[in-house]
Amino acid sequence: MASPTGPTGTPPTGRDARPVYELRGVSKTYGQGRIEALKPVDVTLTEGSFSSVIGPSGCGKSTLLKIMAGVVPPTSGRVVLDGTPVTGPRRDIGMMFQQATLFPWRTTIENIVLPIEIRDGRAAARAAHADAREILELVGLKGFETVYSHQLSGGMAQRAAICRMLITRPQVLLLDEPFSALDEISRDFMNLELQRICMSRSATALLITHSISEAVFLSDRVHVMSSRPGSIIAEIDIDLPRPRTTDMMVSPAFGAYVQQIRSLLDKGAFQ
Amino acid sequence: MSSTAPEGDTVWTEHVSLIDRIPRSVAMVGLLVAVVALWQFVHSFGIVSPIILPSPGETWADIQLVARNLLSGGYMLKALWITTQEVLLGFLFAMAIGFSLGILVGETAFGERAVLPYLVAIDTMPKVAFAPLFLAWLGFGIASKVALAAFIATFPIVVGTAAGLHAHDENARMLFKTMGASRWQTLFKMKLPTGLPHIFTGLKIAAVGVMAGAITAEFLGGGKGFGELIRVAASQLQTPRVFSLILYLSLLGFTLFWVVVLVERRLVFWHRSTISETAGLA
Repeated sequence: MASPTGPTGTPPTGRDARPVYELRGVSKTYGQGRIEALKPVDVTLTEGSFSSVIGPSGCGKSTLLKIMAGVVPPTSGRVVLDGTPVTGPRRDIGMMFQQATLFPWRTTIENIVLPIEIRDGRAAARAAHADAREILELVGLKGFETVYSHQLSGGMAQRAAICRMLITRPQVLLLDEPFSALDEISRDFMNLELQRICMSRSATALLITHSISEAVFLSDRVHVMSSRPGSIIAEIDIDLPRPRTTDMMVSPAFGAYVQQIRSLLDKGAFQ
Repeated sequence: MSSTAPEGDTVWTEHVSLIDRIPRSVAMVGLLVAVVALWQFVHSFGIVSPIILPSPGETWADIQLVARNLLSGGYMLKALWITTQEVLLGFLFAMAIGFSLGILVGETAFGERAVLPYLVAIDTMPKVAFAPLFLAWLGFGIASKVALAAFIATFPIVVGTAAGLHAHDENARMLFKTMGASRWQTLFKMKLPTGLPHIFTGLKIAAVGVMAGAITAEFLGGGKGFGELIRVAASQLQTPRVFSLILYLSLLGFTLFWVVVLVERRLVFWHRSTISETAGLA
């Protein structure tokens, strides 16, 4: 079912690299098998690659992400991260949501070290402050350490959420429509920032999105999903040079990828 | 709506009515003066019998008399201290029981399915009607007053706590799950802090209710508290005394309420309900 349909056929950056996250025949049904949320899917994230999953609402992409985050068990299939099966939440999985979900009674830095505090206690969290400051600088939030999170703007809050995701040095980043609550100008800017951050850390990432251009812009590989039941109908390798720039978004090659994904989504919608 | 703008310019100014332009302090004092004046008027022209409504002057004299008794440590201060103890103990018990039941109801399926229906059923009953029972069980001392005060104040705390535990959003829950947080960590580091605004709403309602409970129990069950002083004064038609006792009693309730508000401002400095006060500190 998964058919690589990259127009040039050349492997994108990171394709030859080591697979970090592997899903084989992963499916999910609810209600004693009556509701099929996700047909068996295969997904491989290679080291340092950026993948995305795009599909209409209710196509099971959130279910897929929850399985990958170790929050929801799959009904069948193998979920393996870095050689060990995922059987629950793990510190080598970093996650980010549509809302920044910072806690307003904590300062920016206290929010960022929260994953450490939960796993290793307060002392370890304090020890992680130096790490946190370094990451804050990476995302351009230097100087906001002791600001309470309700005083941050939407874009700044999402930067802080990126820091919180990175603090445990995860093997893989799972991004659930991270910037879709931002206005379009901040969103384009944050996507550039995300690319920069991922490249500087050679992070392995999976993005879930509704936006075709966002998926094409950020990804080495786009997984296109259709709904009812959710399944991956195509995998498209995006062969555009990195770092990608906003100018590329008006290039013919970019437009061709967008068009290809759009027609796949349209077909999926009328199946 | 016209103005004295230069010719050719159209200046459109917002019209604020005269009554909205009065400064707050002037408005408050002015209203008080007006009410006292009306009160004096009603008294002077004998519209209402002085037994029912004493003059402002008489009442003021009695307020001073009670103040002297309170300040010199007289029997009224002892009565006030008894009522204060009842109110504080009632509030402490209400918090202990209210938080426990609120967490049980808000956090466990058992609490929500089995305990909540009974709590709702009891909450709909007029709780003051239980006063004779508490008197019969606990006697005419302080215990029965504490019991009624706590009984009335418990429910708003339960409701506030249970509602607060549901105040977080799905993302926060997911985040804590992905971080591998335990149930206790999720409760204490996320659910309870998120729910604090709701919990304090419950506490403020409880702070008012606990006063009503203590005084009602004193009216019905005697004892040596402030409520008993009011009851005796009323039965002797000492209406000015009733007025001044109620005034000092309200100070007790006001103090309790404000302690709750101050703690709220300290703990919930991040919420929009308290943000206007703390914005200046940022």
